[in-house]
Amino acid sequence: MLEAMPHRAAIWNFLFGRLTFHSFPFLNADTEGRILLVTFFVVVIVGLAIFAAITKYRKWGYLWREWFTSVDHKKLGIMYMILGTVMLLRGFSDAIMMRAQQAYAFGPHMGYLPPEHYNQIFSAHGAIMIFFVGMAYIVGLMNYIMPLQIGSRDVAFPYLNNLSFWFTCGGALMFMTSLFLGDFSMAGWLGYPPVSELQQGPGVDYYIWGLQLSGVGTLLTGINFVVTILKMRAPGMTLMKMPVFTWTTLATSGLIIATFPVLTATLFLLGLDRYVGTHFFTNGFGGNLMMYINLIWVWGHPEVYILILPLFGVFSEIVPTFSGKPLFAYSSMVYATIAIMILSYLVWLHHFFTMGSGADVNSFFSLTTMMISIPTGVKIFNWLFTMYRGRVRYTVPMLWTMGFLFTFTIGGMTGVMLSVAPADFLLHNSLFLIAHFHNVIIGGVVFGVFAAVNFWFPKAFGFKLDEFWGKATFWFWLIGFWVAFGPLYILGLMGVTRRLSHFEDPSLQPYFIVAAFGAFLIALGILSFIIQIYVSIVRRKQYAVGGDPWDGRTLEWSTTSPPPDYNYAFIPMVRHRDAWATMKKLGFTRPRDGFNDIHMPKNTAMGIVVGALSFACAFGLVWYIWWLAAASLLGVVIASIVHSFNYHQHHHIPADEVRRFESGGPQAAAQGASA
Amino acid sequence: MSQPSSPGHHAMPPASHDAMHEHQGSLRGYLTGFLLAAILTVIPFWLVMGHAIANQQVLILVILALAIVQIFVHIVYFLHLDTRSESGWNMMAFIFTAVLVIIVLGASIWVMYNENVNMMPMAPQYQQHPISHQPTGKQASR
Amino acid sequence: MNTTAIDTAPPAPADYYCLTESPPRNGTLLGFWIYLMSDCFIFASLFACYAVLGTAYAGGPTGAEVLDLPGLAVNTALLLVSSVTFGFAMLEMARGRKGAMLGWLAVAGLLAAAFVSLEIREFLGMIAEGAGPGRSAFLSSFFTLVATHGLHVTLGILWLVVLVVQSIRFGLTEDNVRRLRCLSMFWHFLDLVWVGVFSYVYLVGVVR
Repeated sequence: MLEAMPHRAAIWNFLFGRLTFHSFPFLNADTEGRILLVTFFVVVIVGLAIFAAITKYRKWGYLWREWFTSVDHKKLGIMYMILGTVMLLRGFSDAIMMRAQQAYAFGPHMGYLPPEHYNQIFSAHGAIMIFFVGMAYIVGLMNYIMPLQIGSRDVAFPYLNNLSFWFTCGGALMFMTSLFLGDFSMAGWLGYPPVSELQQGPGVDYYIWGLQLSGVGTLLTGINFVVTILKMRAPGMTLMKMPVFTWTTLATSGLIIATFPVLTATLFLLGLDRYVGTHFFTNGFGGNLMMYINLIWVWGHPEVYILILPLFGVFSEIVPTFSGKPLFAYSSMVYATIAIMILSYLVWLHHFFTMGSGADVNSFFSLTTMMISIPTGVKIFNWLFTMYRGRVRYTVPMLWTMGFLFTFTIGGMTGVMLSVAPADFLLHNSLFLIAHFHNVIIGGVVFGVFAAVNFWFPKAFGFKLDEFWGKATFWFWLIGFWVAFGPLYILGLMGVTRRLSHFEDPSLQPYFIVAAFGAFLIALGILSFIIQIYVSIVRRKQYAVGGDPWDGRTLEWSTTSPPPDYNYAFIPMVRHRDAWATMKKLGFTRPRDGFNDIHMPKNTAMGIVVGALSFACAFGLVWYIWWLAAASLLGVVIASIVHSFNYHQHHHIPADEVRRFESGGPQAAAQGASA
Repeated sequence: MSQPSSPGHHAMPPASHDAMHEHQGSLRGYLTGFLLAAILTVIPFWLVMGHAIANQQVLILVILALAIVQIFVHIVYFLHLDTRSESGWNMMAFIFTAVLVIIVLGASIWVMYNENVNMMPMAPQYQQHPISHQPTGKQASR
Repeated sequence: MNTTAIDTAPPAPADYYCLTESPPRNGTLLGFWIYLMSDCFIFASLFACYAVLGTAYAGGPTGAEVLDLPGLAVNTALLLVSSVTFGFAMLEMARGRKGAMLGWLAVAGLLAAAFVSLEIREFLGMIAEGAGPGRSAFLSSFFTLVATHGLHVTLGILWLVVLVVQSIRFGLTEDNVRRLRCLSMFWHFLDLVWVGVFSYVYLVGVVR
């Protein structure tokens, strides 16, 4: 018996790596364990309920054929939006736990979260919100809208598009797995060494491999979109006739291509330090952890522009539509976008002014940072001048736009304050910084995503979203945001630093209580959004609209809502900027016959297979289950080779089927203006 | 693909398709490129192995300059980059990449050098240039 | 643009729609070029690490002590000849001569395989001497950069084998020609990166 023990341990080690029964934190009898146990049961119950419902209504086949294996950019876009919303709920749960802890943990009260748990929460919150909420949302929007706007039937590489989604999903799944199996990184959302190198256990490895998966997915998306825009625009759509959202998609994709490889390389080096024992970012043996901080921000700063640029595009579509006139100074908007794209690559050091590069280096990056606010200012004025003397309709998307203009401008100005290097020495890593970047990311990205969802939802589903609950969502978010982050600005100026789970000075407590109340208001905002979706689905007959519910200006409004699989029966010919607005003004007529066979890509299961294998590989690496990692990596290579032997990746939609769709049913009323 | 290609059946002459019209190089081009690349490789090897240049700084600069020239030889003669292929987008992407790669490399070196000089003045690899970091390194007891 | 003509007459469908289908434009070659550009950034990050950490010997061996210049010369020659023979294969492909193309591809692939095996031997030798990637930051950045390039070459060889099989089986179809041209770009790109590696990592590494 005693002799058999080491043998058995070796077998266990081979099969399960460092995974043991102690790896399930919800089995621990402490507060953390109890919180996780409850969460675990909720997740299991909800998961089982969804599983049972799908099985009961026999929807697995439908989901597999129509969604999981789909290469349709519209369906992938919707799946990205769903992924983003699910992850928003996760990330927001983290946020509200932090707000609750900080409102309570003063003096003798240590709060309900021990520091090591609190550290995992803020690390997960940041990384999830950026990678799986922000990125998922913007990629979803670009996926859905951009090909429609350029009059294309799909993206350049439809299979790759599906694969990208499953990579992103695999990364998100890594983060979710860390909740119930092992722990998560305590090293902040960017995983700074030495903390990320010294932390034992699987936490940081979850972080590394989760981000590697989603990073590869994002990079492939970037390449895909650039080629789509460069090669697949409708005839006549020159670069300066492209809608601004398409322009910002191009700029964002260009930035993705230029920065995500840097993230991949940097995390790879961090992984080497952890797995192989190299000395890139260690303290000894010549390693230099400042190099990590330098490299990660080479990616990190352009990343925030990757997030915000598509939303600038969204506002540039919404403002002209609801002001009833063309965008003011289109070309300056385009040049401002390009200027932001280039300049965003020249400012990264402002994230570590305090690290000691000296006055000359700091001055350079300080100046470039101030410069980047100029093209952003140009954009703000363009939107204002578009509204000026326009016939503004205060619909829900327009409300979000107004909230954005107000909130984002203030966030931008606090950013300029931070760009002053000497001031940054006082404000660095303070709650002022936290308030600033939430101000631009919530005020810009989140508000923009809500504006876009309200604006394009009728296009995607054929019915409008409920106005009342839309307005409730907006007001809860806007007020909630300021109540939550206003106090953080003040606290930051008072010198309170970020990432603390406990405070001694009781005079700070009222501010944190107000901030927690703000988070509660935001929670009501999220709840209102869910109610809005629910109510609209229930009343979908009442809210049904035609192809062009807002009197839109760009091509996506010229097709049906929702668009057919092939987007356009005939590829549009573009003669003007705001192509659809001009076509409507000239009273064009849609061709009613003479349909052709349409050439479309076939669905493929390879994306989800490769995505699942990559997830298995990453999981094996996290838990040191080497056979699993090696086998699934081999599986990825074999699957790719097998896929390359399939030369028949397209099919034709017969002209008869196109005619049936185009001439039948209420959804064919593409001509109908606002319902 | 204008029709669903059945790979076994129609082995078409590739040059007939519009996507294939681009510059594919010639035997003469490849041989010229090979010769230039060989020369540009031999020179730096000879410089280093034959100890031809005594001044270390000059030697490094010459090696790097030759490498950059050789990279351009590869781009022109092997990768056939020109302003016409893909309506100039290949060239545009290359210029964009080149500018940003130079920024990443140059600024990283600049930033990290200054950081090391200021924050780690005792590290051995920064003691060989006492004059260069005098202006910013005054606070380090020298 | 004849806006005036459009303004006066109500537009016909043909003014705003392409009434016939044109074959879809294929973006693979452009897309692959852009992928290569993104790969430049991976190498740029690794080069930046080597630039910053390349003199951090941590009391261990220096570049002049461990880097083998004659071996490097052989490797450089192998890769350069491999690159130009791949070019010859592409010329044969353009003429539609499959057999000659496959011959040149085999030569290019074998040369690259020789390159990889010499590199592995060099690495094993260094590790045996106690100059492995864990010895110092200099060696970490050296091994990572050179091995990343070597990994790319290895994947290129694997891809080459797949394409040779596909060319033999299905002929020089449009799809296969396009794939071979992508691989050709990849092959030359790796030789281009190697110029940076042998110049900056090895030659500069030895003299500084």
